[in-house]
Amino acid sequence: MSIEKKYEVIGTRPIRPDGTDKVTGRALYGADVRLPGMLYGMVLRSPHAHARIVAIHTEKALSLPGVKAVVTGMDLPDLESKITGLGEGTVNLRYQSNNALAKDKVLYFGHPVAAVAASSVHIAEEALGLIDVEYEILPPVLTVMEAMKPDAAILLDELRTEELGEKGSEPTNIAAHSQISQGDVEMGFKNAAVIVEREFYTSTVHQGYIEPQNATALWHEDGQITIWCSTQGSFGVRDQVSEILAIPVSRIKVVPMEIGGGFGGKNGVYLEPLAAILSKKARKPVKMTMNRAEVLAATGPTSGSLIRVKVGADSHGCITAMQATLAYEAGAYPGSPVDSGAGVMFAPYKTPNVLIDSYDVVVNKPRAAAYRAPGATNAVFAAETVIDEIAEKLGMDPIEFRILNGVTSGDNHPEGTQYGVIGFHETLQAAKKSPHYQSKLEGPYTGRGVASGYWGNFGGKSSAAASLSPDGTISLVEGSVDIGGSRAVIAMQLAETLGLPFEAIHPEVVDTDSVGYTEGTYGSRTTFATGWAVYNLGKDLIRQFKQRVADHWNVNPEDVVYEKGVLTHGDQHMTLKQLGTEMDEMGGPISASSSINARKWGPAFATHIVDVAVDPETGKVDLLRYTAVQDVGTAIHPDYVEGQIQGGVAQGIGWALNEEYIYDAQGRLINANWLDYRMPTALDLPMIDAIMVEVPNPGHPYGVRGVGEVPIVPPAGAIANAIYRAVGVRLTELPMSPGRILAAMKKI
Amino acid sequence: MAKKTLIQAVINGEQVEFLCEPRQSLLEVLRETLGLTGVKEGCNNGNCGACNVILDGVLVNSCLVLAVEVEGRSITTIEGIAGENGLHPLQQKFLEHAALQCGVCTPGFIVAAKALLDRDPDPSEHDVRMWLAGNLCRCTGYDKIVRAVLDAAAVMREKGAVQQEHGQAQSAPEVAL
Repeated sequence: MSIEKKYEVIGTRPIRPDGTDKVTGRALYGADVRLPGMLYGMVLRSPHAHARIVAIHTEKALSLPGVKAVVTGMDLPDLESKITGLGEGTVNLRYQSNNALAKDKVLYFGHPVAAVAASSVHIAEEALGLIDVEYEILPPVLTVMEAMKPDAAILLDELRTEELGEKGSEPTNIAAHSQISQGDVEMGFKNAAVIVEREFYTSTVHQGYIEPQNATALWHEDGQITIWCSTQGSFGVRDQVSEILAIPVSRIKVVPMEIGGGFGGKNGVYLEPLAAILSKKARKPVKMTMNRAEVLAATGPTSGSLIRVKVGADSHGCITAMQATLAYEAGAYPGSPVDSGAGVMFAPYKTPNVLIDSYDVVVNKPRAAAYRAPGATNAVFAAETVIDEIAEKLGMDPIEFRILNGVTSGDNHPEGTQYGVIGFHETLQAAKKSPHYQSKLEGPYTGRGVASGYWGNFGGKSSAAASLSPDGTISLVEGSVDIGGSRAVIAMQLAETLGLPFEAIHPEVVDTDSVGYTEGTYGSRTTFATGWAVYNLGKDLIRQFKQRVADHWNVNPEDVVYEKGVLTHGDQHMTLKQLGTEMDEMGGPISASSSINARKWGPAFATHIVDVAVDPETGKVDLLRYTAVQDVGTAIHPDYVEGQIQGGVAQGIGWALNEEYIYDAQGRLINANWLDYRMPTALDLPMIDAIMVEVPNPGHPYGVRGVGEVPIVPPAGAIANAIYRAVGVRLTELPMSPGRILAAMKKI
Repeated sequence: MAKKTLIQAVINGEQVEFLCEPRQSLLEVLRETLGLTGVKEGCNNGNCGACNVILDGVLVNSCLVLAVEVEGRSITTIEGIAGENGLHPLQQKFLEHAALQCGVCTPGFIVAAKALLDRDPDPSEHDVRMWLAGNLCRCTGYDKIVRAVLDAAAVMREKGAVQQEHGQAQSAPEVAL
């Protein structure tokens, strides 16, 4: 840190403007929406993992008093296959429509087949029981191994493999095969003194946001549609609903309510189009909320996977070749984050020779959605376990091995692009010097593990607008949904740009008709890209302030100095408060708007250290100490950066140790509740020490890098390596639950 | 449809009457009938604590209590935690420690933590983690929540706020069970 303070507002820890409402229960989330005459909608879901829909009989349900509308897949327009962007991935719109409401086939347990709107939730629930669906049951395909077999049951009749860019000719469950290739891995392995090769299996897991999906829609009599919902991206909802219902975007307004967590799982729409068509039929507003079982069975999950990794290094410890094959469950429709996992897993290392094959495979599970650094945690668990083993075989300290092989600015990413300014080595040095790594770990069955991780981050489209209020403060409206404090960190960047205190900025998140296009809060992009937008906004406001007083004083605007809310020319001064009070007489209101497609985002690196104790009788893992070191660029609000790190680590720990979807042989999810889908509680975790290393991103005026996703990348690998040190066995499956640990120890 | 029952209870210190069906949970009535939407639904199954309320001094998941069971009883929800003098120390400390991100679990955590501090004004870190193990948060990793609760407890002890609160609780209307 330089001695001179670089910023006034950035780096401080103000209380978020929406905080008071959130600690007093006043903040309005999607489920809190209440409109006059509102009906309640519910979804009938498939009890089968794989079946053809023969017929749906809705007459009995419709005749139940209180039922106002019933819809099925026939109520949605037939869509052509068309690929469109969806936050951290792409989606085929026809699949998106069929996922919202099945037409001819159900592809997973929980797949929506009909929806009802009634005057109460209880009547709606009763009505669901009166809908009769005739199914022709088909064999379920639940793992990538089964799905890739030549005789596997086919989920999507028209699916053909995209084989390295070429379309295949045979029906298949393999949606795509992609490859990353640099150098010559055969040669690299020939030059290796030590080679480690292992195969890994990881379970399907869920984002686990506490607030279930919800949507309230009103189809107005003039054909306009308003949707209130919990989403990471209001414009994304507008665009998807527009496509699914074949209605122009100009007829749809999306009002983003407070959102109770998303982690990637609230980019895609589920209930929104159903609430809209129910409202159209019933001619009343319709509110729909999922229960937890629906959330687990039919939204979210991220891919289970099968991953093979092979790494070679020479006798000096330099990596000579890295190879991997990944097959990810896409769920019912193509689009798993397998390519993302492939691009991330070896990214921290200098890799002269690299070959990664990735397969996107459909199975009878819910369509995979993005989950915090999509596809990375499971791939990096595999890669970092093998890296640890190589270092061990070479007799090298795991951090020293990473220092020797780690990428630095100017090195190449496995996909061939060149890194700009990055801080991987800074995280390694800080980890090495940390009190945690310097401490001694003692006791039987304890072990310390290290793992690193990379995430590319993102920028993209953001908009904001601001106006000067008569009291000299600034009203700020933005399109970025605030999922964990972005109102504060965006307002802080505008305050910094304007030289004003944080409290002088009043931020609001507004609907899709009230601000320019803004992508969702995903990809660790909001603080970076919306921050860029408000930086430009601040500069525009300052230009206007100067122009106004220059006109008023009859001087040249270039000669007016603006500093910390005061405009000066010679002996003349005017504060923003004075300008605000007098602006009507000085030319009228002052406002500005700004839109950006921010491109120069900077990647994030992290190195984690964990100490564990394994109970050799039960196989239970206790976390004794956890330290996460991360290059955070510039920490705008250090508390919130720490919070992102701690939260990401906690999710990674859950993925590593407990969480998994459990299906029976018929493909029914049998642990669709939080007692049996076991997320970490306060009792399961230690304090999580976050060490922030700041290597500013030169592609942002304040050096911002995304911080939200990379924290979930290393935990599973770090914990696996710690368990190995504790009990001497390498775990190759996630979760590393007590049963799996005892089995690996050959105790059961 | 079953006949509705008239229920009288004290909610956040005020006498309240409402009609409910036998099958309705306390959570549903608080949110849908009484408009206390600060009480959140996360699982409707007793696993997440987002719907925590204090019922006659006992912390409960309101999703697991039937509304007809609260006849004559006293309930505190998140809406009743702040006093005339502003935010409760727990609420203030949650803000100062950035102990919330999305905020949807926060009402449950604050109500649960209040129930803890009502019983034990000086809990250890382990006590806090144990007590809050019934509340799920997916954003924070609990670190800042635990620190906020410990800090609030310290502030309340210093100010003697705990005693003062006990006094208030005793003066609240007592209703025969």
